[in-house]
Amino acid sequence: MPAENVPPIKVVDLHKYFGPLEVLKGINFQVNHREVVCVIGPSGSGKSTLLRCINRLEEPTAGKIYIEGEDITDIDADVDKLRTKIGMVFQRFNLFPHLTVLRNLTIAQEKVLGRSKSEAEDVARKMLERVGLSDKVDEFPIRLSGGQQQRVAIARSLCMNPDMMLFDEPTSALDPELVGEVLDVMRNLALEGMTMMVVTHEMGFARQVGDRVVFMDDGVVVEEAPPDELLLNPQEERTRKFLEAVQHY
Amino acid sequence: MKKRTRQKLIRWTLYLVLVAGVAVLGLVADWPTIQRVFFNPQIAADMFPAVFTIAAKNTLIYTFAAFAFGLVLALFLALMKRSSIKPYRWIAITYIELFRGLPALVTIIFIAFAIPIAFPGTSIPGGTLGKGTIGLGIVAAAYMAETIRAGIEAVPRGQMEAARSLGMSHGAALRYIVLPQAFRIIIPPLTNELVLLIKDTSLFFVIGGTITSKELTKFGRDLMSSTFNATPLIVIAVVYLIITLPLTRAVAQLEKRAARAR
Ligand SMILES: Nc1ncnc2c1ncn2[C@@H]1O[C@H](COP(=O)(O)OP(=O)(O)OP(=O)(O)O)[C@@H](O)[C@H]1O
Ligand SMILES: [Mg+2]
Repeated sequence: MPAENVPPIKVVDLHKYFGPLEVLKGINFQVNHREVVCVIGPSGSGKSTLLRCINRLEEPTAGKIYIEGEDITDIDADVDKLRTKIGMVFQRFNLFPHLTVLRNLTIAQEKVLGRSKSEAEDVARKMLERVGLSDKVDEFPIRLSGGQQQRVAIARSLCMNPDMMLFDEPTSALDPELVGEVLDVMRNLALEGMTMMVVTHEMGFARQVGDRVVFMDDGVVVEEAPPDELLLNPQEERTRKFLEAVQHY
Repeated sequence: MKKRTRQKLIRWTLYLVLVAGVAVLGLVADWPTIQRVFFNPQIAADMFPAVFTIAAKNTLIYTFAAFAFGLVLALFLALMKRSSIKPYRWIAITYIELFRGLPALVTIIFIAFAIPIAFPGTSIPGGTLGKGTIGLGIVAAAYMAETIRAGIEAVPRGQMEAARSLGMSHGAALRYIVLPQAFRIIIPPLTNELVLLIKDTSLFFVIGGTITSKELTKFGRDLMSSTFNATPLIVIAVVYLIITLPLTRAVAQLEKRAARAR
């Protein structure tokens, strides 16, 4: 465990270009220990790109990202080791379809952390219990509902004992009636003290679980504040417009 | 004329043409000669069991050896073609275009005869098996590399990303996550490639070899010239079909199942 006074995630003047297109235009923010930060903003504002830069699925063009105080944009940074500290949950789950649920959870433990098979399986079963899917160990992902798949994906990340978790719209691909079960798992994680950064359109979740909400638009952080302040009393015009649009119905 | 009547008429005309064609062939053909030259039971009987124990066995050994060698080479080529290092891509592209553009026979002759001449003192070890396998494997690799590359690209990008985000290296993610899925996708086209290879081992006749190294085609040709009879050709044709038909049927089944799963 890292020292509590070092922020798990700190982003300094981050720029990201795709070719000539500037997607992130100087992002500054940090996530503190045990904090849950929700990122909201219109489509194309760069939320996913920001999240993906944080575990180097995208290469930042300029700026610095510090994970637990270590500069991961450094050319010598051990990216694979870095990624085991950061759990990532995708919109489309990205479970490995050719492996059973259990194997989905054990393969990286064995190949990356060097755990033995039995040790990895013990951890996997414990994590499956945590997300309420103990009875699905031997199923293949395709046999599970979207909500169950996403919970397995969360459990898969947890097996690596990450210090923090990134979620990229974890419920956007789900049927409405399945959203709740995934958010429940995430809320429990937050209550257990996991440091989390969540890109989401679930304003209810952001209000209830988030410690802070960050509003992004057009590649910049427009405004950040505790959920009630930002969602009920936004200071910036752009934030107000966005919230009006999403809360229209 | 009503449409129904006209269709009926056309249909009957087509049947008639077919029957007439067969009848003409049957009358014109020299049946006694055909039977003597193509279906001589004694010559056919004399081919057993060697046609299986030597010829078919060799065909299969050469096929699997060339396939295995080609597959390994193809995997490297596919990965090279996807490499972020440009010269690797160039090498892979050149290789693939070169050996897909040349007749397999040319490559096999080149490996068997030109290399020992170009590099005196060297020769490909393993006799027919060695030369043929390497020559045919080199050609097969060019085709299979494209198949494998297409298979890798058919695996959604999120699979690689999920694996990497769990801390797997690029190599580990390829090996445990992407390639197993890619190979599932390309089993039907790879099986087709295997069938093509079975037939292409017939090109090994140019290499020569010993009595025990003959594959089906050379076995049949040699018997044809020693017996002055074409029956061996018919027999080996049947043996080829016994080998290839189950495979092509299996591919059709696999493809049907894949289509249904989608
Ligand atoms: N690999 C890429 N190549 C080129 N452009 C990209 C790439 N990835 C994202 N972009 C572009 O970058 C911009 C920001 O994309 P990003 O996915 O980060 O937005 P987002 O805020 O997550 O949107 P959404 O809510 O739709 O997920 C978009 O204009 C997108 O088209
Ligand atoms: Mg996104």
